[in-house]
Amino acid sequence: MKLGKYLLPLYGILALIYLMVPIVYTIAFSFNDSNRTNIIWNGFTFDNWLNVCDAQGVCEAFGNSIVIAVASTLVATVLGTAISIALVRYKFKGRAATTLLLFLPMATPEVVLGAGLAAQFLNAGVPKGMVTVILAHIMFSISFVVVTVRARVAGIDPRLEEAGRDLYAKPSQVWWKITFPLLMPGIVSAALLAFALSFDDFIITNFNRGPVNTLPSFIYTAAARGIPAEANVLASAVFILAILAVVITQVGGEINRRRLKASA
Amino acid sequence: MSLTAFSHGPSGVTVEPGAQKKSRMAWFLLLPGLVYLGLFFITPLISLVITAFKEAPPGAFIGEYVTAFRWENYTEVLSLYGDHSIRSFLYAAAATLIALAIGYPLAYFIGVRLRPYPLWQSLALVLVIAPFFISFLLRTVAWKQLLADEGFIVGTMKAWSILPPDAHITGTSISVIFGLAYNFIPFMTLPLYSSIERLDLRLLEAGKDLYAGPVTSFRKITVPLTMPGIISGTLLTFIPAAGDYVNASANFLGSTSTTMIGNVIEANFLVLQNYPHAASMSLILMSAILILVSAYVFKSGTDDLL
Repeated sequence: MKLGKYLLPLYGILALIYLMVPIVYTIAFSFNDSNRTNIIWNGFTFDNWLNVCDAQGVCEAFGNSIVIAVASTLVATVLGTAISIALVRYKFKGRAATTLLLFLPMATPEVVLGAGLAAQFLNAGVPKGMVTVILAHIMFSISFVVVTVRARVAGIDPRLEEAGRDLYAKPSQVWWKITFPLLMPGIVSAALLAFALSFDDFIITNFNRGPVNTLPSFIYTAAARGIPAEANVLASAVFILAILAVVITQVGGEINRRRLKASA
Repeated sequence: MSLTAFSHGPSGVTVEPGAQKKSRMAWFLLLPGLVYLGLFFITPLISLVITAFKEAPPGAFIGEYVTAFRWENYTEVLSLYGDHSIRSFLYAAAATLIALAIGYPLAYFIGVRLRPYPLWQSLALVLVIAPFFISFLLRTVAWKQLLADEGFIVGTMKAWSILPPDAHITGTSISVIFGLAYNFIPFMTLPLYSSIERLDLRLLEAGKDLYAGPVTSFRKITVPLTMPGIISGTLLTFIPAAGDYVNASANFLGSTSTTMIGNVIEANFLVLQNYPHAASMSLILMSAILILVSAYVFKSGTDDLL
């Protein structure tokens, strides 16, 4: 049993290190003094970070990725939040069919979703581009938003809203002053998830992008001839920002909880 | 049950004056999202069905097809790409097992051992989701370079005679399975964690008091109680792994001998412009996965999918 006591933590820590290896590698190679291909370590430099748009097309692809992620996140979050509220709060016919319709996109391989949309756009004669990518991203994000927000809606104490109504709040006031603020953490995490899914999506994007490049499709295409270090710079920058945001909210929340416990 | 909202509330409960409005409100909230999924999830599947039956008219250009009822598309892809299909499911199954073998102890470590230390628990969880925030293509490329023949890992393994001097890792089935497992470990670990986090340790103590050994209590207590996490984790790993085409692509961890269904669909759709073959292959993949998933979910007895 003594062995087991240390074996599991050791295994867990090794697994975490294993998860980190390619991340550290990617960030390290954003500082590589590479001239053509970014495969062999050639010395440390800040050049890639300072002149990030030097690699042809990389900044344009990055910009497209941001636009697509913001647009699809906004729409998917609104649609998904509305569905979550209906699922938790209302009785309606066809609940089982609705749940199935929300589950299926998550159980369908991305390559099928991508090929299906591409076939539809092809049959309808819609030219592929930014818009088709945004339409595709909204579709696969909705279900993930519902899964995330639904738990939060279910966790709201209905007595709080009742109290609001008892105090003569109009339905719109109940929504904006009570329900929405209580839902906010769930909506924010759903939006972050949708953004991350969209920003990193490659498979569905590749089927529907036409000539438009996103950062992942840029990397995929570049992989044949060598990915420029600038792509690592952009990916690393996004990673560092996202991790900071997560650490601040996670650890900040934990510290707050501790403070509350200590003062109680 | 669902009818009550449309007529009157349950007997004995005073009906709110807004009850009728409420049920209309439900559709107001549901419809935009459901219509969206109808337009961009259901109709694309119908498009696939139509496309899978199309045929090339005589003297057609590349990529030109007309609506028909050509069943041969299915038999053709099955004979052309049967190997790729079997390979995809084997790779995905192997990757899922590896991800479970890494993810379960990891989730148990974070969810049970780190339970007394919430700050460390939060930080470990951040590390588990960290891979989500950096391009999975770049992570896969990183493994390709780390596992390259002239790289440190393969070099060391050859120096220690773990590998014969002429061995490769990249471009083989092993590197593709390894890449798939790596990519989906967070998808495996997170649902496992949310199950294991709720595990009541007193039940394990009770098992111990009744002379259950560690193996028995793991098999009879821990595994059944964390089954929901195991089911969603394995599904969230297996489904995307079976349809993936990045890891198996020759520019990443694979080679021409590791081609999976995803690569076949991509090549037929985007390169060869053989849309009927791409569509019939997609439908075969989707049906196979749906059959497997429903059999699996049915056998494990969870209907709480969302």
